[in-house]
Amino acid sequence: MQTTTPQFKENARTALANPQLQQALTKMKVGFVERRAQARAALPEFDALRDQARDIKNHTLEHLDLYLERFEEKVTAAGGHVHWARNAEEARRQVIEICRGVEAKSVTKGKSMISEEIALNGALEEAGFEVVETDLGEYIIQLRKEHPSHIIAPAIHVLKEQVAEDFRAHHIQFDKARPLTEPRQLIAEARQVLRQKYLDSDVGITGANFLIAETGTSVIVTNEGNGDLTQTLPKVHVVIASLEKVVPTLDDASAILRVLARSATGQEFSAYTTFSTGPRRPDDPDGPEQYHVILLDNGRSGMLGTEYQDMLRCIRCGACMNHCPVYGAVGGHAYGWVYPGPMGAVLTPSFIGVDQGGHLPNASTFCGRCAEVCPMRIPLPKMMRHYRAKEYEEGLAPPAMRFGLDLWGFVATKPRLYRLATRIAMGLLGRLGRKRGRFARLPLAEGWTRHRDFPAPEGSTFQDQWDAMGGAR
Amino acid sequence: MSAARDQILGHIRRSLGRGEGAEAAAAREAVDARLTERPRGLIPERARTPDPDALVALFQEKAARVDCTTQVIASLDELPDAVADYLARENLPAELRMGAHPDLTAAPWDSRPTLSVSTGPTDGSHAVSVAAAFAGAAETATLALLSGPDAPTTLNFLPESEIVLLRKSRLVGPYEDVWRLLRARNEEAGGLPRTVNLITGPSRTGDIEQTIELGAHGPLRLHVVILDDV
Repeated sequence: MQTTTPQFKENARTALANPQLQQALTKMKVGFVERRAQARAALPEFDALRDQARDIKNHTLEHLDLYLERFEEKVTAAGGHVHWARNAEEARRQVIEICRGVEAKSVTKGKSMISEEIALNGALEEAGFEVVETDLGEYIIQLRKEHPSHIIAPAIHVLKEQVAEDFRAHHIQFDKARPLTEPRQLIAEARQVLRQKYLDSDVGITGANFLIAETGTSVIVTNEGNGDLTQTLPKVHVVIASLEKVVPTLDDASAILRVLARSATGQEFSAYTTFSTGPRRPDDPDGPEQYHVILLDNGRSGMLGTEYQDMLRCIRCGACMNHCPVYGAVGGHAYGWVYPGPMGAVLTPSFIGVDQGGHLPNASTFCGRCAEVCPMRIPLPKMMRHYRAKEYEEGLAPPAMRFGLDLWGFVATKPRLYRLATRIAMGLLGRLGRKRGRFARLPLAEGWTRHRDFPAPEGSTFQDQWDAMGGAR
Repeated sequence: MSAARDQILGHIRRSLGRGEGAEAAAAREAVDARLTERPRGLIPERARTPDPDALVALFQEKAARVDCTTQVIASLDELPDAVADYLARENLPAELRMGAHPDLTAAPWDSRPTLSVSTGPTDGSHAVSVAAAFAGAAETATLALLSGPDAPTTLNFLPESEIVLLRKSRLVGPYEDVWRLLRARNEEAGGLPRTVNLITGPSRTGDIEQTIELGAHGPLRLHVVILDDV
């Protein structure tokens, strides 16, 4: 996928000025947050289960090579095939080869972020295949030629009136005067259109929420059932998954499932959690004849053993973006690549480089809500801080910011100078602002005062007040 | 292909900084132990009751919350009535598609002559399916259905309405107990089935403006008939 991450600031400005997007984001903010809070309150063991989920993934990552070997062995024993892909290019080629091998014409897809990461749709279309997204949200944005703006609700930025317009433009087989004002009507129409696509499809591609080493099983979690139709009806089922999706056992998968849906949509469990092992058995009346798993690295093996290893615990629930004030203000597209929100602020520089993704770790107020709600207890702000430091060290931060940081660094490492400078500054600001208690405009701080007042200081520094109160040193 | 495999695994090992010899052997042992012992984690209190009646009550309570209807019958003889009455109540056609599962074929379907019953997978032309669950987890009203010669997977997704028979003796608390039953079955069957479907309520989506709607791609209705065989 083409990245616009380096233009994050412009993207954000455009997003803030987009009334339709702002309306859609307002609807999102209440829903996810409240439902997660209710789900958490309804399960007393929830936080203990988060600790456990973290520990399971930590153990798995420390033995990742061994669990992947075991997974491969079990898939092969069940009659499936495992393909290893070092990067996006290799993964795309493997999928295309499989499709060509069965002379496929039409390919249906369940929702997969890995597919976005490797820009699979474009490559398949270029190779001559018809590609149909079957998750309702993904289908909507495919019609709109857009990318997902949220990892679990890809069309969250689209209003229902816009969906109706898209359906009228694309589904020309139906009566022009049909009513499409209610979500119910839109869903019924999509159901009807996509039903035929499933039946005509030659290859079904899904992602995986988990891979299970014990049994060589891939797992998908959906609410619509689209992933199941995608992987059941065609001759071939292709799973595209990244390395860190593996867990040891069925028990481990269910332990993590207990925190997944609750964190994502606030459901206790998603409607469909499906465990697939190999192709259909000789006596089975339905199911795919071939089963392939593509294991994608694309930079993940390099994150192991670094300060970013914790990020590989991520189960893609989206809680971090649902609770993020920055995501809530600008939406997912502003982030400019596949993964938005706090998780994207760590993954994007990891996968496409600090030079491309360095803006994102700065797009944070460090309020810490993302880490607070993460079911896998990933310290997101800490990792964003690492990337900020890296951006500075590599000389990628803009000159004004570097100058400011250098100046502050110079003063802050000289206590006497620091105390003197702050005493003068606070005294001055305190006198100037005493009357109104705030500043509507302040030189050098327009970035702040353009949108809100700056509270006036009391007149003396904390250290002086501490001394005056006789505080211990 | 194998070059990619070796390079990825090699990179993982280097990144983890795992040494050779004793260290590598210890890592292997830890993995073997986890895969053979399959330690059970924390099971929520609510799922820990062994009492079958309490499990039925929990299942029914959780099912209602996800728009899944339930009823209890005392014997398989009552299944045709339960199904026919449900179809009448919901104003659905009296045509059923089902797998040739022994529990389903054993029911006296002739007792309700208006019902027309056929067996096999579906191509989407059947409005109502009947399936037999392998087990159920009361924790979240989750059904476990296995694919097999007498259990086509398409029956769980293509029809607009699905009716599932669940034996009370197969109703457990947590998901982990479903795996316990499944592993026992695998010993006999020689491995896992192609598909294990964990199903919790009918198909749904919130993809249009966060409004939850039922019947996105899979069934719009899910009705569970619990057979009291305990």
